[in-house]
Amino acid sequence: MNNFTPYSALLGGILIGLSIVLYFYTTGRLAGVSGIVENAITKKANRISNILFLLGLVLGPLLYCYTKEPLAIAFTLPDHSFTITDSYPLVIIGGLLVGFGTRLSGGCTSGHGICGIGRLSISSLIATVVFVGVAMITVTILQQFGIYL
Amino acid sequence: MNDKVISLLCGVIFSLGLVVSGMTNPSKVIGFLSITHNWDASLIFVMGGAILIFAPFFYFLKSREVSTLGMEIELPSKQEIDKKLVIGSALFGVGWGLVGLCPGPSISALTSPGISGFAMFDPIVIIFLFSMAIGILVNKNLLQKTIQNKN
Repeated sequence: MNNFTPYSALLGGILIGLSIVLYFYTTGRLAGVSGIVENAITKKANRISNILFLLGLVLGPLLYCYTKEPLAIAFTLPDHSFTITDSYPLVIIGGLLVGFGTRLSGGCTSGHGICGIGRLSISSLIATVVFVGVAMITVTILQQFGIYL
Repeated sequence: MNDKVISLLCGVIFSLGLVVSGMTNPSKVIGFLSITHNWDASLIFVMGGAILIFAPFFYFLKSREVSTLGMEIELPSKQEIDKKLVIGSALFGVGWGLVGLCPGPSISALTSPGISGFAMFDPIVIIFLFSMAIGILVNKNLLQKTIQNKN
């Protein structure tokens, strides 16, 4: 486990938790991202509010880029750059399945995994166990073909 | 502050959490999903931290009828444990494992510079987002309507 970063993970988790609390406390809605995306695309009610939440998701990393150096004096923060597969078929199939699957089951990592489990919802707990389990199996199978090793 | 300003602010805080914890990086997420090889347990701390903050607040707030901004509390109706829940989650799991992106991080990944080449708005992330939107619309417009018509 040489990549294990428990402190920054916990700090990030606390920030996500605070965002979900603030959103629920003020708007009365749960911040499940797949639901917000669906509503932003398909529903007129609260559309601007939903789009602004998504805009916030885009602005956060930019803000991080500019505040990282002063913050780094106090904390050791991980690099924000990322690596992603360059396989178009993988990304297209993956995107379709993520969009379709999350809305069929009614939630994603935030909606079921955080909000749902936080509400002590049994169905969200089952959903989370299923998608984490299946994703682990998927990665293990891909590794048999030399991908993601 | 109205709900629009709050929504923007919540989006920013949410994505700062994603970036700080490394969750906008697909290879970090794949590291968590790679249970048999060099496993990275960090994602558990991200989800766990968020749940620990949200759960107690929710417990005390859930009985309210309106939010502090006077908006109706919208909670999902008690969801049944049915085929839709299990099959949907399984399909999401396959997609998550294939790329290492779930909905939140996929949007924040737009402005998280990649290591290889493109500084921002990586075309591969844009293609993922388009595919995800199509997946959402296929469920909403085709499948859910077919289910409604049957009933």
